[in-house]
Amino acid sequence: MKKGSVFNPFKAIRFLFQKPKTLCYPFEPKEPAKRYRGFHLNDWDACTGCGNCADICPNEAIEMVEIAEIKPEPGRKNERPKLDYGRCCFCGLCVDICPPGCLSLSGDYFHIHFDTDTFTFIPKNEKSDGEHFLAPPDYSILKASLSHRKKDFPGFSTDLDYALFEPERVPMPQVEPEKRKLSFIEQVLGYSEEEAIKEAERCLECQLCEEACPAHLKISDYVRAIRMRDPEESLRKIFEDNPIPSICGRICMKHCEDACSLAIRGEALSIRWLKRFAADSVRDYKKVLEQKPAPPSGKKLAVVGAGPSGLSVAYFSALKGHHVTVFDSLPGGGGMIRVGPPLYRLPIEAIDKDVNYIASLGVEFRFNTTIGKDILFEDLLNRFDAVFLGIGTTVSRSTRVKNAEKCILALDFLERNKIGERVKPGRKIVVIGGGNVAMDVAREAIRLQYMNYPGEEIQTSAVSLEDWDIMPASREEIEEAKEEGVRFHPAWGPKEVVLDENGDIKGLLCMKVKRVFDEQGRFSPSFYEDEEMFLEADMIIEAIGQAPDFSFIPKELFENLKFTPRRKVQVDEFGMTSIPGVFAGGDIVNINLDAVTAIADARAASEGIDRRISPKAPLPTSL
Amino acid sequence: MRELELYFGPQHMGMVGNFSITLKVEGDRVVEAVSNPGYLHRGFEKLMEYRTWIQNFPIVCRMNVVEPDSMEMIYAMGVEKLAKLEVPERAHYIRSIYLELARVGSHLFGLWAYSNMLGFDTVAQWAMYHRDLILDLFEELTGGRVYHIYIWPGGVRRDFPKGFKDKIVTTLHSIGGCVPDYNNTFFENRMFYKRTEGIGKISQKEAMELGAVGQVLRATGMKHDIRKTEPYAAYDKVPWDVPTRENGDACSRVLVIRDEMIESVHMIFKLLDNMPEGPVYNRVPNPLKWTIPKGDAWVRIESSRGELGLYLVSDGGDKPYRAHFRTPSYPHGLIILEKLLENASIADVGNIMISLYVVAPEIDR
Repeated sequence: MKKGSVFNPFKAIRFLFQKPKTLCYPFEPKEPAKRYRGFHLNDWDACTGCGNCADICPNEAIEMVEIAEIKPEPGRKNERPKLDYGRCCFCGLCVDICPPGCLSLSGDYFHIHFDTDTFTFIPKNEKSDGEHFLAPPDYSILKASLSHRKKDFPGFSTDLDYALFEPERVPMPQVEPEKRKLSFIEQVLGYSEEEAIKEAERCLECQLCEEACPAHLKISDYVRAIRMRDPEESLRKIFEDNPIPSICGRICMKHCEDACSLAIRGEALSIRWLKRFAADSVRDYKKVLEQKPAPPSGKKLAVVGAGPSGLSVAYFSALKGHHVTVFDSLPGGGGMIRVGPPLYRLPIEAIDKDVNYIASLGVEFRFNTTIGKDILFEDLLNRFDAVFLGIGTTVSRSTRVKNAEKCILALDFLERNKIGERVKPGRKIVVIGGGNVAMDVAREAIRLQYMNYPGEEIQTSAVSLEDWDIMPASREEIEEAKEEGVRFHPAWGPKEVVLDENGDIKGLLCMKVKRVFDEQGRFSPSFYEDEEMFLEADMIIEAIGQAPDFSFIPKELFENLKFTPRRKVQVDEFGMTSIPGVFAGGDIVNINLDAVTAIADARAASEGIDRRISPKAPLPTSL
Repeated sequence: MRELELYFGPQHMGMVGNFSITLKVEGDRVVEAVSNPGYLHRGFEKLMEYRTWIQNFPIVCRMNVVEPDSMEMIYAMGVEKLAKLEVPERAHYIRSIYLELARVGSHLFGLWAYSNMLGFDTVAQWAMYHRDLILDLFEELTGGRVYHIYIWPGGVRRDFPKGFKDKIVTTLHSIGGCVPDYNNTFFENRMFYKRTEGIGKISQKEAMELGAVGQVLRATGMKHDIRKTEPYAAYDKVPWDVPTRENGDACSRVLVIRDEMIESVHMIFKLLDNMPEGPVYNRVPNPLKWTIPKGDAWVRIESSRGELGLYLVSDGGDKPYRAHFRTPSYPHGLIILEKLLENASIADVGNIMISLYVVAPEIDR
């Protein structure tokens, strides 16, 4: 310590000439930083109402409230977060967990009001609520409140790199394209236990998927069970709504994954593969499920078609104690699922696992039995208390262009390859169609070519009316087909099958598509007649869609069967057709044309069947 | 002479925080002092048992208003140790810079309290202003001024914004430029020495026996700092020194605080120069479902007031089974303060208390 000078205090005079360090508040407002964590903003258009913000809030400051103006739809609830600023601590966890990234914090940090009720508040943003967002010059500290917000005043916002959820899915182990195109081995290998648990951990349990699933499976419950290392419980949850998990776990059209909140900015949870994991990790369903059908009701139900809807109706009805007999012309269960999806997507063992379990519940299966030929449909109506039609669409449509009769139809091709004698493929194959069946056909064709002509020059191409953007096949199917070497010619339509002098196929003459749908959105393709392309081919397969075959229904009964404008069988809410006692479901009823919608139909129909034939339940007036 | 009971706080001009001391005085000598925490009991440790691992971050930081960052750091370290999480290299540097900024801010706050107590109002206002500049830095980095909730298991919540490095340097230079002013008016002021020398003196042996940590221990000549002995974050990546003093009185403690601030600023510059590029965050599993394997962890760091420890137990669930903090204010506020106040004059009560730098919520956990 040194002795200071007497004049030392006078040095302080220089501070008199410095500018003040403080702000002249409120005339000189403090500008918050770019990441400032102020009051919430919520983009209502992007918000899905998933409620993850409310789940993570450590102070329970967020409550999801229903908004009457918003119409709920699959993947979007009509709930929006409501903030209680008496509790909010502005930590921003809600912003970092928000899957669509719609929730953010603003630079606003004032709220002045006499009324304490104004401290609870449903945040919106400028887009959805223009009137409360003032232009900057209009905004003042005296006006500042939750109902007078500064415009374009963003603060802490979402960043996918730092989000609290995992946007990327655990990759599914698959056989490489180069290897899998040489045989029919199953392409997807399935998750290991560790992979499945890791994937299941990504689930935020917002249950948006359950709304979107036609059969309303309890997805978050069974995913949680997998996470808790209990696949058996998971399977029990699945079987409450879906009796064919081994099939659905492989070929489901996964409407749930489209609705998954993780899919908005990342990849959806692999719900389908997790279901498959649950089904595959339980070897013996019966031991785990321990389901006991109700005491026999003495009522008999005939199910025509052992496809997904037929199997499901049989399962639900058998549990209710009815005696179910399932008729199918194929030698095994599964219906179109048995013949359609190629072996590399759905092996026969996977189908039989589900079918055998349903059989073990007392369901009688009569395979190789064709209704209308082996047994008459009228006999069914007389001998059984109710009949369910789950016949599916079994006849391939033809393009009916010139010489189209020389072509092979998709279903014949698929059926022979899967359960019959394999087709000997051509060296140059053209597949007509852009749907999932066309992808199956093309990918099977290329496999057969590799197996039959190893090392030789081969070619499989797919011609579709639709361009890339509207091609009905799923994106992953298209990508996988490309990986395996299928060449695509989108937006070309068939004009003529060209034959050589021996009457064999020489190739396909195509014309450029002008448009596929008309102004009303109906399917009505038109072409540029002068723009032509010739594709050389020695085999052409038509995969442009299927139709149902109702020829087994006698004419006088068929006249009573009503159809919807979209040529679907008309049913009531319990799946009953216009013929009393005859129920229907699956592809002949719904427009989704997939297994899980068929299960949903079957669920409703089994309810209707039970009400109609069971003496205990009162008959609803509508029946 | 008659003994008199005197209540010092919780509502007292000289009291910082929710804390009080009951003094038994005889004349103007203190005969006995009893610390009374408990004015702020929010039950943090119990609350933590009811919140998930991630939801606890907004709570732990509230255990120390002055320097919430070391609380975030230690909790994140505990969780990382239990869950065996790796932290990217750059995040280590960012954490160190962030914690040193917090240390400077916290010490400036302490300087405000101390100079205010001694009647140096101008110095107090300077210190408060300079602390505000540091809070501005935090606002820009994290979005919050006081509770930052920035350190995260697996790294930090966001990377540096654009131009933030320069902003740190400019701010620290402007604060450092005022060090001569501080020295002239306060640290080299005769009045300061008159008030502090020999006050609240504690010997090294006694300090160790009573569990003193941080600058209380370093002011007795003990060169002890967790950042040196058990380096965490990036403290072993750059050279730096542990400042100490010999006398163990209030004067030494405050001078150690000043030296530490200057050392921290130098350390920040070195860390900024050596900071690598790369990711700053290894994503934690879904926080709504995150379960941590069964186990327990003991971690400790050097907060601005001394050694801070956390014992964290997981029973394999999504919430901590038990979290127990060993905070520096605990021995300082409850044991050493009572000891040092014996035979002190009433005028020195605030002086001694603030030189120990007690933060009440750390005791009331």
